[in-house]
Amino acid sequence: MKKVLTTPISYEQIKDLKIGDTVYLTGMLATCRDSGHRRVVKDKIMPEKIDLKEGAIFHAGPIVGKDENGKQYMVSIGPTTSRRMEAAEADFIEQTGVRLIIGKGGMMEKTTEACKKFGAIHCAFPGGCAVVAAQEVEEISDVEWMDFGMPEALWIMKVKEFGPLIVSIDTQGNNLFENNKKIFKERMDKLI
Amino acid sequence: MEESLKQKFIKTVEEFTGMTGIYLPDDVEARLREMAEQETIANAKTMYDCMLKDLSLAKELHRPLCQDTGVIQYFVEVGTEFPYQAEIPEILVTAARNATLNTPLRPNVVEPLGEHNTGDNTGYGAPYIEYELVPGSSDLRLRMYMAGGGCSLPGRSKVLMPLEGVEGVKKFVYQTILDWGVNACPPLCVGIGLGTCAATSAMLSKKALLRPIGTHSSYPEVAKLEDEIREGLNSLGIAPLGFGGSQTVLGVNIEAAAHHPATLGVGISTGCWATRRGDMIIHADLTSEILSHRKSLEV
Repeated sequence: MKKVLTTPISYEQIKDLKIGDTVYLTGMLATCRDSGHRRVVKDKIMPEKIDLKEGAIFHAGPIVGKDENGKQYMVSIGPTTSRRMEAAEADFIEQTGVRLIIGKGGMMEKTTEACKKFGAIHCAFPGGCAVVAAQEVEEISDVEWMDFGMPEALWIMKVKEFGPLIVSIDTQGNNLFENNKKIFKERMDKLI
Repeated sequence: MEESLKQKFIKTVEEFTGMTGIYLPDDVEARLREMAEQETIANAKTMYDCMLKDLSLAKELHRPLCQDTGVIQYFVEVGTEFPYQAEIPEILVTAARNATLNTPLRPNVVEPLGEHNTGDNTGYGAPYIEYELVPGSSDLRLRMYMAGGGCSLPGRSKVLMPLEGVEGVKKFVYQTILDWGVNACPPLCVGIGLGTCAATSAMLSKKALLRPIGTHSSYPEVAKLEDEIREGLNSLGIAPLGFGGSQTVLGVNIEAAAHHPATLGVGISTGCWATRRGDMIIHADLTSEILSHRKSLEV
């Protein structure tokens, strides 16, 4: 059976998840990438149109289209490299109280510690599968920070069973991609 | 150039550019399907299934298969007898803008340092255009590449000491893929350039990346190194998407040039599982044929 998280995400919903588990998300999801993290963490400006406490963010910059009625819709939206946000993510988690961070690839030590300390998880969505993801967005409910341009703006979406999301950092301090990296490195050391 | 001919020329390049964001080139799709078929690890198979589902949805809905449609790069081989040489730059820029707005592609381009998004993928030096002359030909060969963010991040070049030799080259490639490959959406296309300095090695690595998967360098020792590095990278088992599986790369291509005896330059450029590149010929009468997507465009 599909394990589905729903926003607002209580600590209860995520505390027993382990790295490698597959989950889905139903509820509200906001995109936030480099510029958005800078604005929250450095400029101390919070988004006004969504409360990220117990919420979910997506490291992603979409292609947004307009239908015949002029309503915006997701054309294509896949994850971007989460590691770019590493410098800001721990502070972002502390300041916003966000519970679920979705992106591509893994994140590192500071984020892993923050996930443990504040009760959050990082999940990876399969990179590049952007039309699959767009089909799981029910509607774009709002957007702010358009001054950053389309990829970097904060898009607020209603999603249904958004995934597959593979838990890459759990609330116990485990990190899937860092573990994998050790395995890949051992294999490489045999080659050279 | 007559206005109607000019519009036809623009339309041809525009449609080619937009199409490249929606369909994978034949060689990439065939190899991806083959790898999905060969994969034995259950979780890895799930990832490949998701990629193949994405390819069919993109075709069905006529949408870019990945939201990061990159920065548009054109590599143009201009026949010296091609009649509309002077118009090429303007036509490529207009086609990139139109393809961005009409497909739609993601407007990625931000101005240098100012970071202001221009909104249509054109700007100072964008799209990126490189020209080569082909003496005696009356054709224009146009190759285009969508340079995405994630798969451009591993790119680097370095000048090694000649004594580091082939082992040094391998080490540089393996370490780069180990450090950055996960985020570049593997299985990857890996282009390697071997030359004298950092710049030429980097340029050669890009040329290698533009060559279809499964082709080999015409220089036998380089072709052998392509196989060795491919096998080495595959033994790391990074794909799909860094979750871990049986292989790592879609292919490894190397372009080499005779070099200075005191330097061993090596460059690396990578493309993701959704490497989007196109290859077409435009003839003097502006009829055209697409070489890279014969199979994917069959209905």
